[in-house]
Amino acid sequence: MSRLNFQHQQHAHCESGVTANLLRHEGLQQITEPLAFGIGAGLFFAHIPFLKVSGTPGTTFRSLPGSIFKRVTKSLDIDVQTQRFSTPAKAMTALDNVLDSGKPAGMLSSVYYLPYLPEAFRFHFNAHNLIAFGKENGIYNISDPVLEDVATILPEDLAKARFAKGTPEPKGFMYYVKNVPAKLDLEGAIQRGIKKNCFLILSPPLPWFGINAIFLLSKKIRKYPQQLTERKAQLYLGNIIRMQEEIGTGGAGFRFLYAAFLQESSEILKRDDLKGFAQELTAIGDEWRNFAYSAARQMKARKTDLVSFDQLGDMLHSIGTKEKDFFTRLNKLKW
Amino acid sequence: MNVNEVPQDARDFRDGDKVRKLVYAVDKDGKYTGVNSAGWEAENEATRQAWDAVDEALADTEAKVKAGQLSPIAYYMQKCLMDKALLAKYVGKWGWQVSRHMKPSVFNKLDRSLLEKYASVFNITVDELISFGK
Repeated sequence: MSRLNFQHQQHAHCESGVTANLLRHEGLQQITEPLAFGIGAGLFFAHIPFLKVSGTPGTTFRSLPGSIFKRVTKSLDIDVQTQRFSTPAKAMTALDNVLDSGKPAGMLSSVYYLPYLPEAFRFHFNAHNLIAFGKENGIYNISDPVLEDVATILPEDLAKARFAKGTPEPKGFMYYVKNVPAKLDLEGAIQRGIKKNCFLILSPPLPWFGINAIFLLSKKIRKYPQQLTERKAQLYLGNIIRMQEEIGTGGAGFRFLYAAFLQESSEILKRDDLKGFAQELTAIGDEWRNFAYSAARQMKARKTDLVSFDQLGDMLHSIGTKEKDFFTRLNKLKW
Repeated sequence: MNVNEVPQDARDFRDGDKVRKLVYAVDKDGKYTGVNSAGWEAENEATRQAWDAVDEALADTEAKVKAGQLSPIAYYMQKCLMDKALLAKYVGKWGWQVSRHMKPSVFNKLDRSLLEKYASVFNITVDELISFGK
């Protein structure tokens, strides 16, 4: 077995990055990361206070793992294969077979078991995407989209990462592109992606998802000083900041990445109104950054003298109001 | 965020400076472009705080193991950033069984095969596991 002629490109987010890199390998150079992210309707927000992740309320800016790749390839009518496995041995054999057939393979993995990543990021996070594009002397060649360069990993480490336990469990999940159509309906896919994302953000009738969850977090954050010890409140804030800004969102909890998608779409569809939407979302993204900056100051201050929890709640409320208006108008666009 | 506003605050702990992540920012012509960032103070502080919390809890547990209040399983579980539920899944036991194994009196009577199971999950040897804190 050897190394495929694969071009690694660094991206902001693991799943849109893997999707773009796999499609570009098939000759679809026009699929950039922002396009993959937007067509895959990757923008989301959820805050689920009763679902504790290492003791802090679950907060996420991304949609369900695997959904971007699935939506992009379905929307562009690309023939793919996805598989889960019962044992690591079967999963590794299947990977070797795909590589032997000359295809790079995407996989879900746990960050904790990827020794090539800096320790600073290696928590038990089980929804990281990466690509294997070769095996030389028993060692796999890895394209991890969050890294500038390619990496390598031992088979036993990769097997551990693919069969990590916890929530979610990757169960060896592997995916690759089988065939691409001669002609892509990029315009249609962009429109469907925007529609889908507006639906995901605006319509969940539950308080924990989409816009509702931003308002929920805005309410909850005001009560932190009364309901939590100072230490807990700091950890809760820290977790929100990490979900929003730590590796993998491209800044402002994916808002800049989505704005980049709208900007690229405005050129592909030749629609200036999308350019305006992109600018608006950039401004909203800057507000998210301002929120994270203020939350970090509150977190470090250890006294409520700089930015109060009420002010943080106000910031989120303002963001929620703007995003609700933004996606309501985006949803009403006539194509 | 404009290109010239992309923060470059080094993440100088736990090899964090080895990654210059990609973020999206607006250039002088108003166009989005990918820019490498060494890190951002706000985000670095949050990451550092999460690790500090791990270190504090670990030091606390280490003292308890040395005082004979907890078994080494409690220490290595935290060292591997796991909680009881996750560790239970890895060793194929129930959470309450793992809790029992954290009592020194129960730990001292564990089968060799179960100790090997724990040691392999923690990526250490059985000797390292049983001799910790002694």
